[in-house]
Amino acid sequence: MFRFLGRRLLQMGFLFIIFLTIVWFLLQLMPGDITDTLIGDPSIPLSTRLELGERLGLNQPLYLQYWTYITNFFKGEMGVSFSRYPQDVSTILWEAIPRTLVLVLTATLLAYWMGFKSGKLIAWGRGGKTEQGFIVGGIFLQTVFYPWFAIVMLWTFGFFFGWFPIGRFIDVGLWQGSGLDATSVFVQLVFSSFIAVMVYAGARWFIKRTAGRLITQQRLERVAAAIVLIGLVAYWYFNPARTYVADIVWHTVLPVLTLGLVTFGAVMLITRTSMLETLGEDYILTARAKGLPKQAIRDRHAARNALLPVVTSFILAMGTVIGGAIITEQIFSWPGMGLLFLQGIIVSDIPLVTGALAITGVLTLFAHLVVDVVYTFLDPRIRIS
Amino acid sequence: MATKETTHRSDTDPSHEDDGAVVFDELVRGGDVRSEPLWRIRLRLFRRSFAKNWGLYRESKMGIVGLVIIAFFGVMAVAHPILLSTVWDPVVYDPVSGYDAVVNEFTIVEDGAVVDELSEIELTQARFDLNPMVSVGDVVRIPVQPAPPSFEGENVHVLGTDPQGRDIFSQLLYGARAAFLLGFVAAFTTVFIATTVGSVAAYYGGRIDGFLMRTADLILLMPLLPLLIVMSAVVQINMVMLGIMIGVLLGFGGDAIVLKSQALSIKVKAYIDAARVAGGGDRHIIFRHIVPNVVPLSLLYMMFGVTTAIALEATLSFLGLLNIQMSWGIMINKASTEGYLLSGTSYWWLLFPAGLAVSFLAFGFFVVGRGMDEVINPRLRAR
Repeated sequence: MFRFLGRRLLQMGFLFIIFLTIVWFLLQLMPGDITDTLIGDPSIPLSTRLELGERLGLNQPLYLQYWTYITNFFKGEMGVSFSRYPQDVSTILWEAIPRTLVLVLTATLLAYWMGFKSGKLIAWGRGGKTEQGFIVGGIFLQTVFYPWFAIVMLWTFGFFFGWFPIGRFIDVGLWQGSGLDATSVFVQLVFSSFIAVMVYAGARWFIKRTAGRLITQQRLERVAAAIVLIGLVAYWYFNPARTYVADIVWHTVLPVLTLGLVTFGAVMLITRTSMLETLGEDYILTARAKGLPKQAIRDRHAARNALLPVVTSFILAMGTVIGGAIITEQIFSWPGMGLLFLQGIIVSDIPLVTGALAITGVLTLFAHLVVDVVYTFLDPRIRIS
Repeated sequence: MATKETTHRSDTDPSHEDDGAVVFDELVRGGDVRSEPLWRIRLRLFRRSFAKNWGLYRESKMGIVGLVIIAFFGVMAVAHPILLSTVWDPVVYDPVSGYDAVVNEFTIVEDGAVVDELSEIELTQARFDLNPMVSVGDVVRIPVQPAPPSFEGENVHVLGTDPQGRDIFSQLLYGARAAFLLGFVAAFTTVFIATTVGSVAAYYGGRIDGFLMRTADLILLMPLLPLLIVMSAVVQINMVMLGIMIGVLLGFGGDAIVLKSQALSIKVKAYIDAARVAGGGDRHIIFRHIVPNVVPLSLLYMMFGVTTAIALEATLSFLGLLNIQMSWGIMINKASTEGYLLSGTSYWWLLFPAGLAVSFLAFGFFVVGRGMDEVINPRLRAR
């Protein structure tokens, strides 16, 4: 296992350096740099511009600039943003990463969870009006023009019904004078949710080991989920920052729902296909012949094996999810990495764009690794001894 | 239910082996080989396999719906130049440079009593904008942009006009043309790249295979949308270029990997050995024997490629990053930059026709792809 991990990490490092190199050189092709942006201001003399270019190292040969960037990158420095001049790129990104991660992770996990459940059910109860409806809905969600869909969602729930705020991350008026830092409160919120998820996973593992029958097991799991959820809500309810946390959560719901729905459609369709293939296997016939309860056949024999292609699809879905995150952040004015990236592209802020893409690359590779490890756990045939 | 599906696995194989056997029988029975040119035999084989696959395809209702949707948009795309040269005056109806000052009648009402924004105007505003002498209850004629759908008057606007006074319906038809152009460029590039890369990698194996497949892995790693956004900042992208870019990225990525495994299964067939023994060179074997057998599977990915290309173009146009005149994405981009993004149903003709058109055309191609998937993969079929 450790040798496998080590080899994977080495490969990932190599791939990442290639990725970073391509991104870096591609962005150098972008016309103009920070000094060109200043031409528009006639009060800045030419000598100042040249001096600034020299200070930022823009007149060095390209390979030297590249070398400086790469070496600095692995020291954790990503240069200074052009458009937000005195700020470091790493500082800007560090603030945005948790927001994007939460948006993407929550939406993806919810979509995979719900999508797997409903895909499993519609494959099991095959050939009905419900199935047709779910399939058409799933395909529509998968092929809908996403920016338009997000606009319609925002208009319907934010404007027409007025249930959710129209975009943004927090209600600035509410936070004014509270003395709280939105980012740190947000990180606390994420951390507590992470602990809750971990506790739930541990409880599930324990239940799986001890409880015997499937029905009892599923009931116990539901109880555990309820207890963890109540605990999490209670913790924040008795916290002094509770209105502010509620504000963040309230702002999070609609973007997560929008991004999640689109992913949900794709996951449901993949699960259905994979489940149908599994249901045709001989061991399902054997299980039926043995007279096992239907739920056990569905959940233990079929669904567990149908899970593999769904997990694999996650790698392919990642590109879509990243693209979706950029659009979601743009339409919901969600101040994450996608919005930074888009703004950076529009004003030619090369360091910021490179940094955002590099971080995206790191996260993508990391997700690949996680999927690989999960895969080996799910499929005993490829388990690395 | 489930047991029935297991029987499907063995009985249908979409390859053309049995058709070949039929032809062989005919030849043995005394059909004159020389009197029948090769292309006619090929055509007959093609017709026969097409009829069989069409029979399978027809069973999926969704697939037929998809074809109908694509045909509908195809008619729209063809109709645009015809309408523009016969019925429509280009000065008014040109999708990019047309202009029509639609004049609507407004009733003047008390301040703050406006119920319908499209037919009523406040007294103060009317006095300020038009004529200080008007009073409540008067009907005034004001040029409006964006104008709601109008079926009367000199110029009919079925779906109204956009904020710059251009006909939305004409733009919608033109957008269908643009989408088809993009889709076809992207699809053919995808198929060309994917079949070539897959076949070459499978045929040569070794280092060439390793190099091509690692490149494919790398391309698969790159998220498509951010990459295209960066490219749009580096160069001016037009429709054909975008199609080629998407085609290369899709074709050299996941599709090449899938088609390589298909090509591998063809490489070990006996007719490849026969071709080699008969003295066929590498290029001959790849392009005359392997590629034609990989193409049917690649058509499937072509359909999904069209879906992706249409969605990506619309997204990039929506963000205003492409150098093109008019498309469905540009229509939504215009609505958003002119401040009608959250107008919802009151200016529905700005957002809904274009958004639904992109969604439905992508839906159509996706569903056709699924239908073809059912032809190729028997286990997915309904019964």
